[in-house]
Amino acid sequence: MNLSNNPIALLGRGFLNLIQTIGRISIFTAESLSHCFRPPFYTHLILKQTLEIGYYSLPVVGLTGIFAGMVLALQSYTGFSRFAADSAIPAVVVLSITRELGPVLAGLMVAGRVGASMAAEIGTMRVTEQIDALSTLSTNPFKYLIAPRLIAAAISLPFLVLIADIIGVLGGYLVSVHKLDFNSQAYLANTFEFLEVMDVVSGLVKAAVFGFLIALMGCYHGFYSRGGAQGVGSATTNAVVSGAILVLIFNYIITEAFFSQ
Amino acid sequence: MSTTHGKKEAKLILRGLSKSFGPKSVLDELDLDVIESESLVVIGGSGTGKSVMLKCILGLLNPESGSIKVDGKEMIGLRRSEREKLMHKFGMLFQGAALFDSIPVWENVAFGLIHGQNIDRKEAKDIAIDKLAAVGLNADVGNLYHSELSGGMQKRVALARAIATEPEIIFFDEPTTGLDPIMADVINELIIKITTETKSTALSITHDMASARKIATRIAMIYEGKIIWHGPVEKLDSSDNPYVNQFISGSSDGPIKMLTRAN
Repeated sequence: MNLSNNPIALLGRGFLNLIQTIGRISIFTAESLSHCFRPPFYTHLILKQTLEIGYYSLPVVGLTGIFAGMVLALQSYTGFSRFAADSAIPAVVVLSITRELGPVLAGLMVAGRVGASMAAEIGTMRVTEQIDALSTLSTNPFKYLIAPRLIAAAISLPFLVLIADIIGVLGGYLVSVHKLDFNSQAYLANTFEFLEVMDVVSGLVKAAVFGFLIALMGCYHGFYSRGGAQGVGSATTNAVVSGAILVLIFNYIITEAFFSQ
Repeated sequence: MSTTHGKKEAKLILRGLSKSFGPKSVLDELDLDVIESESLVVIGGSGTGKSVMLKCILGLLNPESGSIKVDGKEMIGLRRSEREKLMHKFGMLFQGAALFDSIPVWENVAFGLIHGQNIDRKEAKDIAIDKLAAVGLNADVGNLYHSELSGGMQKRVALARAIATEPEIIFFDEPTTGLDPIMADVINELIIKITTETKSTALSITHDMASARKIATRIAMIYEGKIIWHGPVEKLDSSDNPYVNQFISGSSDGPIKMLTRAN
């Protein structure tokens, strides 16, 4: 039997590739993290990336937040009105947005927008030898390219999520008050009555972790891209897919850490 | 190879350098000396290991075995921070120029000064403008971006960047590839002018024989990962090495076999 078609050989090769990838990502993460905490820091690059990741993602995250809040209010009303539990809608909206939907939806949107952009930019630098050129100019690519992106993403995402939370709750409020005939003051009172600091803080912690992971995947796949335009294309796809999956996995892990009693 | 050549010491010494990619051996116990202030050109066909050798010297690839010494100091096994200090001795002209497209030309040229040597941006810009002038480009070009330059201008800017930190050893990776014959000659002339004026050591790799004959003081030929011949450029045509003779004549008949569909 041809070894390349042997299912056991294929399984073994797949397993070895998986181990190799995990090892490579671990080394990449450790090296990147070490440069995030060791001077010199490229402050202007961190600010530039913060603008790129945070400011320019505001429209897409804001739109996601407002429509998520609006739909959540509508759907909650559909279900809760059957049990005469309409008064729970403000609490459901605010808790869902701050704990889950805000960070997860913002994370997924940023994974698509920023993760892809980072992978494409760094991947193009790799295939055009710009990363090699950095090394020959006595500049560590991890310090110059990777660390500023990781720091900027981990700082920007919590701010984006905070804004998404506010806009999301506003979306729920607008639908509830103007379409579902809720009393404005009662809605707001119910919203803040059930909201606790930990609800918001857990969402912001998630956002910082998601930001780091999205940037890490974008940088990792770009840094190791090979083979010209096709390689950069694959790196971009892999960055978005792996970033989105990690957001969902770590969302569960952090939720478990914060709220499982 | 001896490490002294006449009265001059070897600036760069490679011994027993080996590098493989999977089952394919690219460098096979390669030995090479580059003497101080000489311009050594390594010739050889595509896939013979020229670029891999250069990347091993620059620390972009890790060889499996062997030794690379610069001014007698071993490069292999150095910590990254120590290697970064030694990199100040090197300048590199990449085949595709490898200019950073997110920053203007002057900042590309000044990059090694600002980030590698912590020189003030204003002072670094002045030096960059001087270096651009040295390669025949005026100060206005400094404000352009990579995408606004022709191929020849990109090579000149890359050359200015390679010499901006006044390195002791400059590497040229296929310096004339993709250029028309006139622009190729301009780049060759610039390489000669710069290496002569700065008394720097030059190691070039190319398969452009016109360029090799023009810029080299000494030529070495690489084949199947080994240096199979080396000597002064004047002795290139009188070499009795059949591989060298075939390569410089560009004939398909000879000991070097190209893999084609027919065979």
